Amino acid sequence: MKLYGKYLSIHIRSMMQYKASFFLTALGQFLTSFNVFLGVFFLFQRFHSVAGFSYQEVLLCFGIMLLEFSLAEAFARGFDTFPTMLANGEFDRILVRPRNEIFQVLASKVEFTRLGRVLQAVVMFVYGIAASHIQWDFYKILTVVFMLLGGSLVFTGIFLIYAAISFFTLEGLEFMNVLTDGAREYGKYPVSVYGKRVLQFCTFVVPYALIQYYPLLYLLGRSENPLYIVLPLIAGVFLLPCWLLWRLGVRHYKSTGS
Amino acid sequence: MIQVSHLRKTFRVARRGAGFSQAVKALFHREYEEIHALDDLSFTIRDGEMVGYIGPNGAGKSSTIKVLSGILTPDSGQCLVNGRTPWKDRVAHVKEIGVVFGQRTQLWWDVPVADSFELLKEIYTVPEKTYRENLEELTQLLDLGDLLRTPARQLSLGQRMRCEIAASLLHSPKILFLDEPTIGLDAVSKLAVRDFILRLNRERGTTVLLTTHDMQDIEALASRVLLIGRGKILLDGTLEDIRRGGESIDETVAQLYRQYDI
Repeated sequence: MKLYGKYLSIHIRSMMQYKASFFLTALGQFLTSFNVFLGVFFLFQRFHSVAGFSYQEVLLCFGIMLLEFSLAEAFARGFDTFPTMLANGEFDRILVRPRNEIFQVLASKVEFTRLGRVLQAVVMFVYGIAASHIQWDFYKILTVVFMLLGGSLVFTGIFLIYAAISFFTLEGLEFMNVLTDGAREYGKYPVSVYGKRVLQFCTFVVPYALIQYYPLLYLLGRSENPLYIVLPLIAGVFLLPCWLLWRLGVRHYKSTGS
Repeated sequence: MIQVSHLRKTFRVARRGAGFSQAVKALFHREYEEIHALDDLSFTIRDGEMVGYIGPNGAGKSSTIKVLSGILTPDSGQCLVNGRTPWKDRVAHVKEIGVVFGQRTQLWWDVPVADSFELLKEIYTVPEKTYRENLEELTQLLDLGDLLRTPARQLSLGQRMRCEIAASLLHSPKILFLDEPTIGLDAVSKLAVRDFILRLNRERGTTVLLTTHDMQDIEALASRVLLIGRGKILLDGTLEDIRRGGESIDETVAQLYRQYDI
């Protein structure tokens, strides 16, 4: 943890070399996802509910999902530039240092400019909570905490898959963005609005529904099932296969040397 | 102590002809060629030795360094560095070695060199006292002084190389691998780097394995020379063994390459 702090301080010092770039990028990130919010806002000017969910409910869902995503992104998006690290030999450098490989990859690419997005996510989150008319009790607060935690883990897992695949292809794969940025965009509505098939996919394959739809039902009082409180944590298990895929990737890398 | 015995490593390299139609063809059907990067490679390096590792481009020098530093897993054969197999026990292994890739940097680009050193100290968990002593000694020997306060991107190649070498020695490794440490350096920097490596080997007893194409490096540094070609050790001897004729060492080595047809 202390070491991570050291890495952060190096990044901060690097960034201060390029002040204008930092502020403009952070602002840009902020505005981009703000557009998405405007989309939801104008939609609900016309329609007052989507598949049985009200504006306030969708807003809460969006706020939570966005915060989960941007937290994962701020810490784990280092995997995004991972193909470059492979191509320019930076990963060799990581392998000759006595620390965990994943830790080094994450620590060596921290995106402070994503703070703009985190900030916006926090604003949306607070707004969503405030507008939700939920009767808060201990279990509901716990559910939100679990959602944030589990959600960040699931997105981290997806970033990890992205990096692991690039061991084999040596190029980033655009289709993975469907699962990352795409999920953030689609995730503003509860997964059920996309139909049963999508809900099944998001329950059993990539566990988006476990961090969004089911616990949301509990939050909104549409379900009393206590299992839904811990589902987001169970979704965190998703990291395991992602990690195994990464291990496989590292092994492949070591045997080909490129 | 480095013991390498019967290492083999084969790469599959995709081949295709030039041109668009060939590219399309290669998308569906690829022809591979097998390259024997390491072909029954064996040698031993004792503690405190300084060994020059030479051979033409593509002979397997870099592959060897990669295997020894734990980046590459060989197909078969054994390798023990200080009693450990590099690719099996990565974290413990890399704590005891230093690696300098001449063509790549390990310094953080935008911050002063001293900041990179501080971070390396944390990564290798070097005790404060050892770090201070090492830094002081390295600063003096490599004449780093003002360089420590300069961001890495503003250093000249020679200055950067001196910092790179210092960076890989902060954790007092017992073994140092240098992959073309003098490539592209001017005469003054070359001499400074050579002089330093020599002192490091003499005073600290650090085992050094260096690859180079600069025969003057070998002349100045290595008491022992390993010549590799097509993944095999072709010659293991002293500089004198190589310099049999009266010609310059470059000519002799070129002759050796021709003689072995590598």
